[in-house]
Amino acid sequence: MPTSEISRSWRKQVITSDRGWGFPDFRELWAFRELLFTLTFRDIKVRYKQTAIGILWAVIQPVVSMVVFTLVFGKLAKMPSNGLPYAAFVLAALLPWQLFAKALTQGSMSMVTMGAIMSKTYFPRLIAPLSSVLAGVVDFAIGLVILLGVMAWYSLMPGWQIVLAPLFIALAIAAAFAVSLWLSVINAEYRDVQHALPFLTQIWLILTPVLYPTSVVPQGWHWVFILNPMVSVIEGFRWSLLGGRAPDIEAMTVSVAATLLLLLTGLIYFARYEKSYVDRL
Amino acid sequence: MLSRPTSIRLEGIGKRYKLGETEPYRTLRDSIVRWLRPARSAPSVERREIWALKNLDLEVKQGEVLGIIGRNGAGKSTLLKLLSRITTPDAGRIEMYGRVGALLEVGTGFHPELSGRENVYMNGAILGMTRHDIDRKFDEIVAFAGVEAFLDTPVKRYSSGMRVRLGFAVAAHLDPEILVIDEVLAVGDAAFQRKCLGRMGEAATEGRTILFVSHQLESLLSLCPRAIWLDKGELVDSGASTEIVSRYLASVRETGRTVTVADRTDRQGDDRARVDSICLISDDRGPVDAVNSGERCRLVFGVDGRGGSASNSALLNVLVRDHLDRVIFFTSTAQSALHIGEGLDKGRFVATLPSVMLVPGHYTIDYSLRLDGQVSDKIMRAFSFEVTPGDFFKAGHVSEAGGGVIFHPVDWMFERS
Repeated sequence: MPTSEISRSWRKQVITSDRGWGFPDFRELWAFRELLFTLTFRDIKVRYKQTAIGILWAVIQPVVSMVVFTLVFGKLAKMPSNGLPYAAFVLAALLPWQLFAKALTQGSMSMVTMGAIMSKTYFPRLIAPLSSVLAGVVDFAIGLVILLGVMAWYSLMPGWQIVLAPLFIALAIAAAFAVSLWLSVINAEYRDVQHALPFLTQIWLILTPVLYPTSVVPQGWHWVFILNPMVSVIEGFRWSLLGGRAPDIEAMTVSVAATLLLLLTGLIYFARYEKSYVDRL
Repeated sequence: MLSRPTSIRLEGIGKRYKLGETEPYRTLRDSIVRWLRPARSAPSVERREIWALKNLDLEVKQGEVLGIIGRNGAGKSTLLKLLSRITTPDAGRIEMYGRVGALLEVGTGFHPELSGRENVYMNGAILGMTRHDIDRKFDEIVAFAGVEAFLDTPVKRYSSGMRVRLGFAVAAHLDPEILVIDEVLAVGDAAFQRKCLGRMGEAATEGRTILFVSHQLESLLSLCPRAIWLDKGELVDSGASTEIVSRYLASVRETGRTVTVADRTDRQGDDRARVDSICLISDDRGPVDAVNSGERCRLVFGVDGRGGSASNSALLNVLVRDHLDRVIFFTSTAQSALHIGEGLDKGRFVATLPSVMLVPGHYTIDYSLRLDGQVSDKIMRAFSFEVTPGDFFKAGHVSEAGGGVIFHPVDWMFERS
């Protein structure tokens, strides 16, 4: 190779022992975007390999959950559902919830599952949680098709507000990513996280209006309830597709603010530890 | 060429590892306990740290091919990890000019479920190649690895040799300005190894800066004009690689003579059993440091079973190397179909050499002790000895080596026609 071709791309790098406080290097992350996509696609491709029914799992999981919840909570417990058919009511919440829960779990484990690769090669460590979180989007897209089918079955037409649906999904992903930033680093040192995760997502599910509408929460507790960013995600996404009562602007603001705070502090925390991360594994 | 620009500059580089934290990972409870009782546990924990690298200064010019030698634990791998940014130093400063490609492992990120084609893209992306780069070099990579017919087969169906070849082929087509290579890359069968070394040699002529860590000093000598020698995290010596290698080997031989195997700390393996003594015994003269060519002698390896390790099979592999670190011969208990079943307690392996075929010179021995197929104990250059001139051919005078590496039994005659 001619030397001129090499010299053109020369740039100086300086590595010091200074860890400092700050944000991860986003310019570098952008330079590595292809790796991010490659790893995300790898996760997607590998997920259903060596399974008999493959991608059908992405269909079965939401459908079976929907049927069971509709029978137990809709028919037996007569849970209110804002006047909507319970099946549509619960599925419209299950999809963003499962996206969030999977992203949270995979994202939090990512630094450990990818530890072997990271101890042999360098790339911006942020790619590990990011690709794990993004890989869940495909399952969500498949679930969305099912939801549209269920809506057609009940002759439910979405209104203009459907254009806002992606915003709520973005908020769900941002919230999952923000929590993953914290948990993935902590998990490297304390595998307690691994044991706490199933438990955490279960409790979180109960505290989120997936199986019930927000209206059943007593007014006095409302302010605590809306601190959970997933409340706005679920209420908002459900509203954007099925209509009904619009989500509370106040609750929305709190959710977005809480997510942003978690995200920004998470990024700083992550950047602080990513450099010496391999030594902690 | 005299004033080539600097490619890598290290100033006072140090890297510290805490030894107290050897457990795979901590639990939150441990940390809380430690935090609540700092007075008792903290001092002992804090002191148990080692500097894997200490105050290291180094400058590498653009296009230079530098070899790094040293025993296990000398800091070679740590240095590569710092340069490839896998981890950060605890002291000092590194300046590098250009993109860095690190080849510390073959096939990093290979996923068994993905096809060969998909893994080439995966591995390439992990090593820092763009999709465009890989597209352009794809055919070349596949041809180099020789796996054209299996491109769409999942890698889990590949033989280990194919996997390694594909991994190396991707790595070999990286073209960063600075290339950091670990010895593990010289893999596969002899022919493929030559191909790998040839490819590294080519990379060196293309104006890249290369740092190469190797235990195979022979390949290091052929690739690297200059070498540095690290020991216990510090720079011992640097200069022309032939000189550094010979000084390093002299010191290794010295250690082999003065430090008994039992005291060696540069061991590898799971340590279920270890070799705790090696000696050379001449049939006529008892324990010796030197044998004559043609003499009958025994190499005796004492084994410590570490308190009764249960294993179904044990075997000992031995490599004998000459003063240039070339492997002269390999011998193994497996070659003699020697089966050592349960109860490898205190005992010894005895290797009898009916007639030493080595020519006069310095020799060293690497051994690896395997239990149930797993390396239990391994030391490179664990023992050294000398071969002095002797009457190999029983001709009544000292045999002439004449530049050969071994004496081979040969019958000479002259047939009158």
